[in-house]
Amino acid sequence: MIRRIHLRYLLLFVVLVLLQVLVMNQVLLGGYMNPQLYVLFILMLPVNTPGWFLLTVSFSAGLVVDVFSDSLAMHAAASTLMVFCRPAIIRLTVESIRWDEIVFPSFSSFGNIPLIAYSAILIFFHHTVLFFLEIFRLDEFLRTMLRIALSSSLTLVFVIIGFALLEKSFTR
Amino acid sequence: MPLQIMRNLLGFIKKHHFFLLFLLLGTAAMLFTMSRQYYQQTFLLHSASRISGLVYNTCNSVTGYLSLKPENKELLRENVRLRAMHKENFIITDRYVFTMNDSLYQRRFTYMNAQIINNSVNRRNNYLTLNKGRLHGIEPDMGVITRNGVAGIIINVSNHFSVAMSLLHSEMALSVKFSKNDHIGSLHWGGTDYRTAHMSYIPTHVELEVGDTIVTSGYSLIFPENILIGTIKDWDIRRGETFYTASIDLVMDANTIRHVYVVENLLGDEQEALELSTISN
Repeated sequence: MIRRIHLRYLLLFVVLVLLQVLVMNQVLLGGYMNPQLYVLFILMLPVNTPGWFLLTVSFSAGLVVDVFSDSLAMHAAASTLMVFCRPAIIRLTVESIRWDEIVFPSFSSFGNIPLIAYSAILIFFHHTVLFFLEIFRLDEFLRTMLRIALSSSLTLVFVIIGFALLEKSFTR
Repeated sequence: MPLQIMRNLLGFIKKHHFFLLFLLLGTAAMLFTMSRQYYQQTFLLHSASRISGLVYNTCNSVTGYLSLKPENKELLRENVRLRAMHKENFIITDRYVFTMNDSLYQRRFTYMNAQIINNSVNRRNNYLTLNKGRLHGIEPDMGVITRNGVAGIIINVSNHFSVAMSLLHSEMALSVKFSKNDHIGSLHWGGTDYRTAHMSYIPTHVELEVGDTIVTSGYSLIFPENILIGTIKDWDIRRGETFYTASIDLVMDANTIRHVYVVENLLGDEQEALELSTISN
């Protein structure tokens, strides 16, 4: 049981990174949208995952994407900040949750609105760090904010589709 | 006593391990990113590195088939153009004086073909990965051009791959000129539309017209003169400046480039050494 779920996460990680690098990084909509689908992996980690593991695995996930995107350690920094905020955001959005049981974030365990709110807030944090690190200055502030808003929305759409598709395989 | 301190310390670390580890990893990532020395430090984390290069290469060999047809057409078109320029197509009209002495010409630029196996246009700082590297003779600071424009400058090389800073990069500046009157300016990309760039430092006494052609100036160690860049769309004087800044429609569609030429300046080192020694004196 435990083994199988580990394998599923590993498979999910590989598929998401490949999708991110080979498909999402080529997506071009008006030059403003660059969806970061791989954050779905971080969003889907079980609620009771130990903190040190959350941080290490997200940092590594970001670093793998960095290697493929020539982006130094920007994705690693963004993912680390995002996952650091994750427990607090779960407390904020989801009303009752058992922290001592294995709960996988999904529509059925979180509820529709809380799951979307939880994803949206964390995606926004992630993209804010990522896009400001990429541009690395403030003189294109408004344009960068627009990029963040548009990319976050697109990522959120993909993440919601991802949650819907994976609902069955990660709830049991 | 020391044992007690040790125990307290361990207890503290255990209690706050989530925050401490976050600080550690976050700081590491930020420091690495902010050092921003693309040229040396990114050696490990670059798509020129072996594994990611292999993945991109494999993917490229599959997707490459999809664009074979238009690519072939474009290559044929270029062949036709080059063939038409061949010396045998011309007759000598001047019958009185005709000298040809090979030692008059010293080759300055050589070209190598390469394929782009990774490319982006949707970020603020874009890079190109090429399928040739050090073993094929590619070195940092060589230029990358396509049949209709400048694509970038090589900044990092591994044995089999190389990475170029795209023209679509915030740190890229290209010396360009008007082909009609040789006035020079500086071309850079504003970050919005990958078909549009800006040319700045155009003196206000230059008469501009929509559609004026912009080419490379040759005032760089990297690119030859007269490579077509684009045409003027509109221009204005930015607040506080005494020069025109013009919007340029790029001829090159950076999103579809696949076959490129890597330019090597054979006399670049000599020129640079001379210029540097002049400045330091």
